[in-house]
Amino acid sequence: MQDVRDALYIGHRSDGTLTRRPMSPHLQVYRFRLSMFLSIANRAAGVAAAAGSALGVCWLNAASKGPESFKKVQKVTRNPLGKLALAGWTLALVYHFVAGLRHLAWDAGYRFEKKQINEDGPVAVGVTVGATLVLVASIFGVAACRSRKKKAS
Amino acid sequence: MNASHTPRIDVMRSQLGRARGLGSAKTGVDHWWLERMSAVALVPLSGWFVLQVLRLAGAEQQDVVEWGGKPANASMLLALMILTFYHMQLGLQVIIDDYVHGKAHLPASLLLKGAALLIGLFAVIAVLKLALAPSTKAGA
Repeated sequence: MQDVRDALYIGHRSDGTLTRRPMSPHLQVYRFRLSMFLSIANRAAGVAAAAGSALGVCWLNAASKGPESFKKVQKVTRNPLGKLALAGWTLALVYHFVAGLRHLAWDAGYRFEKKQINEDGPVAVGVTVGATLVLVASIFGVAACRSRKKKAS
Repeated sequence: MNASHTPRIDVMRSQLGRARGLGSAKTGVDHWWLERMSAVALVPLSGWFVLQVLRLAGAEQQDVVEWGGKPANASMLLALMILTFYHMQLGLQVIIDDYVHGKAHLPASLLLKGAALLIGLFAVIAVLKLALAPSTKAGA
């Protein structure tokens, strides 16, 4: 042992003998794989979903406060940028939901082989994109129809 | 056992330190398990939430008050809020455990717990205010 830092790499085998633990190479040496992107995307989606949910509480608070507060929130939700944020929140929630279902399946012992994980990844992407588009279109569609009806009456 | 094989330690590490480094951390299963269980509970609640969003898309404040005044909606909404922010706290704690080391770990964890608790309480109070507000519906 030449370097004192090597002490941190001493590990034990299950029989108690000493071994030099392998060092993990830096992230950039790995070839890009979909599974690695989907893994970190799940974490990012969780953070984004949390931030969106905190904003959702503001909507709830405004509704309970009264019509004037609610009008202020509507200014945000009816603004194009606000709509973009809502669509982003939807995407984050949908992906976190899909990836969460995959995690629950893995924890229960299903679809956890490397081959299966690589098969399921593109499916998860497809389901996420499809469900997000359907949800965003139907939510904004329903909202547009309802406000048009309000104006007409 | 092979008598000639003697494990040799030539690092400045005490036997007690070595023993303490062995085995599991003894805690963490509850955190992992509660994260999964809150996720399972959030699956049907999210389905319900999507339906309600479609019901309320483009709604005016009066519609929301009427909707939130129904006990069934308020109960589901309370369950959704509590479980969402509980699950959020559990998930963000793992991120702090992964990326924040040393002295900053404890204050970061406490800050997260405080923020999650306050946002959750804020949401609960807003739902209760909607639920317990005097009904504006005629004849009620």
